[in-house]
Amino acid sequence: MLDISELTVRYGKLTALEKTDIRVDEGEAVFVVGPNGAGKSTLLKTVAGLLRPAGGRIAFEGQSIAGGAPERLCRRGLALVPEGRHIFRTLTVEENLLVGMMIRRDRAAVQDDLEQILGLFPILRERFRGVAGNLSGGEQQQLAIARALLQRPRLLMIDEPSLGLAPLVIDQVYASLKELNATGLTLLVVEQSTARVLDLATRVYVLRGGKVVLSDTAEALASGDAMEEAYFGYAGQADA
Amino acid sequence: MRNFMQVMVDAVALGSLLALVALAIGLVFGVMRLINFAQGDYITIGAYALVVPTASLTPALFIGALPVPLMVAGVLMVVVLLALATERVAFRPLRNSDPATLLISSFAVSYFLQHLVMLLHTGRPKSVGIGQALTTPIEILGLRVPGIQVVTMAVTAALLIALVLFLKRTPMGIQMRAAAENFQMARLLGVPANRVIAVAFVISGLLGGTVSLLLIVQTGTLDIRMGLMPVIFAFFATVIGGMGSLAGAALGGFLVGVASVLLQSYLPEGLRPFRDAFVFGLVIVILLVRPKGLIVIGAARERV
Ligand SMILES: Nc1ncnc2c1ncn2[C@@H]1O[C@H](COP(=O)(O)OP(=O)(O)OP(=O)(O)O)[C@@H](O)[C@H]1O
Ligand SMILES: [Mg+2]
Repeated sequence: MLDISELTVRYGKLTALEKTDIRVDEGEAVFVVGPNGAGKSTLLKTVAGLLRPAGGRIAFEGQSIAGGAPERLCRRGLALVPEGRHIFRTLTVEENLLVGMMIRRDRAAVQDDLEQILGLFPILRERFRGVAGNLSGGEQQQLAIARALLQRPRLLMIDEPSLGLAPLVIDQVYASLKELNATGLTLLVVEQSTARVLDLATRVYVLRGGKVVLSDTAEALASGDAMEEAYFGYAGQADA
Repeated sequence: MRNFMQVMVDAVALGSLLALVALAIGLVFGVMRLINFAQGDYITIGAYALVVPTASLTPALFIGALPVPLMVAGVLMVVVLLALATERVAFRPLRNSDPATLLISSFAVSYFLQHLVMLLHTGRPKSVGIGQALTTPIEILGLRVPGIQVVTMAVTAALLIALVLFLKRTPMGIQMRAAAENFQMARLLGVPANRVIAVAFVISGLLGGTVSLLLIVQTGTLDIRMGLMPVIFAFFATVIGGMGSLAGAALGGFLVGVASVLLQSYLPEGLRPFRDAFVFGLVIVILLVRPKGLIVIGAARERV
């Protein structure tokens, strides 16, 4: 579904991603983990069209999308929940969700989707007419995910869904992601911590210093320390 | 007391006019972080479009010769097209530049437009009689108020209401507010960047053209710098109102207008020539007390 090959992204002289290959098949939940500055956000932003790659290819459903404008890419079925959520604080919860639904042409189905998503995140129904800036961090994360879901993407990318959330709330967010993945939504999720990755992932990439240092199925990684070792460099090395 | 009421009417009328200019500046600033000083030249050119370009000091009417509805539509159209053209040619290519670059480019556009007018119409002030019927005073509650002031207030009120309804109730308005808060995120959700910005410029053109008409009926004088003072005052209005808040811009416009008329009327005779200095001093005092402006909105511009 998403095929990234030899992707290179630079900020001026700094190379944030170098010849990275990542693949996401339909129905998967692919995780990209890595320490601060590994290039995880850069990867998602580039796929979503916020950054222009310096080299390499990105194909979505067989068509090249590298360098496309974000407002076009989301119409093709890509959605990104960026790091830090970025809800519209001065808009109401309802208006935030409306902005998410704006690209939809199937008006009737949108209402059903809204009902279903408000069922998944009941707090949003409670705060429907309230200003989104007043939501707690976890509620904002739910709003950001709900807003992306209303676009009815075929591939949902989420940058650090657990960032800044209490463990209990992370459980909730992961539970809803698992439910969505089970109903067929393809996920590409970036996380800094490896802690919960294996609860949800089908495959995992470990990114360090802009390069993929490990990729394997979740099953294979579940037995053993390969993921931690790749994450921290060589086992026991002090640079972690 | 009667005299004071008369002064207040003047004050509110000027405040209304500045609120319109401040809204135009605030709206464009909202979606692209551009402080558009060329807004003043939109106003100037809207007014000059009323007359035939000649060197004559009492030029023949051009758009101004049309029946009123067509004249209004004509001026609005000229200013809207001008606003769109400057967006397309000068501002869109700089879309991702920092605010300082945008500000400088708006100075350049303003300078260019001023000289264009000078080239076509010469730089000398001209007199033009449009809507003189509106300058005759009408009696309201024992006050004699020039009709144009009543019209100015009514038009401002109507436009304010229309703008609020647009921003709160229409899909484009909601997208515009979203884009004003976080442009990148709005794009990620499919908000069409170019269209939102173009619409903001269209509205700034409509507001600018309205101000052209109101101003020219009030003063009867065309001057290549006629848009300058309104735009500087409106700029201060948006700053004290809280950059990025439209309600703040409108409120700031009213305050600056009211303050300048009150100072004009009640400062000691000898100090009146320095009225503007007092207004600016007031702006500084307000900013010292409330550095973020009167109405503070959430985070300025977030980046994804
Ligand atoms: N706008 C930018 N300008 C310059 N350098 C940047 C910019 N954004 C990121 N970088 C650099 O690119 C590298 C990768 O950044 P990126 O944000 O992709 O990391 P990340 O893996 O998401 O890290 P984190 O876990 O902290 O979110 C870092 O070295 C960072 O300093
Ligand atoms: Mg990141």
